[in-house]
Amino acid sequence: MSPAVTPGTIPGPPAEPVGKPAPRNEWPLWEVFVRSKAGLDHKHCGSLHAADPQMALQLARDVYTRRQEGTSIWVVRSEQIVASDPGEKAAYFDPMADKVYRHPTFYELPKSLDHM
Amino acid sequence: MYTQAMDTMGKDRDDAPQAARSAEEAALQARFDERIDAGDFIEAKDWMPENYRKTLVRQISQHAHSEIVGMLPEGNWISRAPTLKRKAILLAKVQDEAGHGLYLYAAAETLGVSRDQLYEALHSGKAKYSSIFNYPTLSWADMGVIGWLVDGAAIMNQVPLCRCSYAPYARAMVRICREESFHQRQGFEALLTMMTHGTEAQKEMVQDAVNRWWWPSLMMFGPPDSESPNSEQSMRWGIKRISNDDLRQKFVDATVEQAKILGVTMPDPDLRWNEARQSHDFGSIDWKEFWQVVGGDGPCNRERLAARVNAWDDGAWVRDAALAHAAKQTWKQAA
Repeated sequence: MSPAVTPGTIPGPPAEPVGKPAPRNEWPLWEVFVRSKAGLDHKHCGSLHAADPQMALQLARDVYTRRQEGTSIWVVRSEQIVASDPGEKAAYFDPMADKVYRHPTFYELPKSLDHM
Repeated sequence: MYTQAMDTMGKDRDDAPQAARSAEEAALQARFDERIDAGDFIEAKDWMPENYRKTLVRQISQHAHSEIVGMLPEGNWISRAPTLKRKAILLAKVQDEAGHGLYLYAAAETLGVSRDQLYEALHSGKAKYSSIFNYPTLSWADMGVIGWLVDGAAIMNQVPLCRCSYAPYARAMVRICREESFHQRQGFEALLTMMTHGTEAQKEMVQDAVNRWWWPSLMMFGPPDSESPNSEQSMRWGIKRISNDDLRQKFVDATVEQAKILGVTMPDPDLRWNEARQSHDFGSIDWKEFWQVVGGDGPCNRERLAARVNAWDDGAWVRDAALAHAAKQTWKQAA
């Protein structure tokens, strides 16, 4: 259900090693992303252990789409995911808070312009 | 299926709140408390007090173990189901329990424990699971009663956990609760079919199953509030939202009405409506039996644990073979 690492798309080294290498006999951890229906994007829905990619897909199907929750599945090794550092959250994301001019509502236009 | 709100009665010294060690840690602790008070969710990589982490690992893994061990009493009836329809339903339900166990193990793993460590704790008897699964399933009616009462109690216990402060656990619970409703409804419907269309013997079978499962179901909510020293801390942390006794009362009030529809009675001479409280009064629970079952001496403790350990040991060669196959494929691709 829950990612062992925080998935993110921001490039850069993670603050700490994500996904410790699995002990010798433990199947590696995979993150599962499911597209619920055509036209929507894949969404992270959980994780599981599997020995190889085919098995990860098969198990993801059995575990996360038992009630037609998906039309497509991605699996990716958890250790391959690079995540932003939660400790840097404020420094990383808060500067956007004062850039109100990025939003259409910042601009006051005459009413006659209606729906621009 | 569900976690027993069961703390260790203060036996774990680790549970005692510890004083913050440094000024930096005190600041982190203060920030954490603020977030909890504000109703924020805590994510896996966020700073958290060590006791918060330990409490969660214990609770989530207990919950996961309960889902997995909970497959055994029902698995007993898959090959004995009365019709193909009931068999398909039971198979789907047991498969759901496996899935629930997996969501929960994954949530526990985000806290820095490995799956093998969690299994090891279960197999060695160190970790607990819900006491309810240490009772035997003697008749087909038990399948219905487990759905109605045991899953009913589980749902009551789990719905508040969807708002648990630890986000990976809360997300797992949302998914589980969505699936659990079918479990309760199929159980009630199976019983209703027997009570409506069944023979006298079948109706007696339903009543007998209710008689056996009623008290263990009430025990699922854990020890009384007066004997749950860690509950207060769990409430403070937003890991627990409603007290054991409050949930138990809610469950009694809901099921007594459902029993009337079904046409069965609860095995409790003291059960009656209390106008002043606007709730049902009920008889006292045999807590000696509860602690005996939790402590390993229930009717099926040894059988359940042995079944788990055997399944794990017998599957070792399959796990190793799958890894060896994966390594070989990787090596072939590289060559």
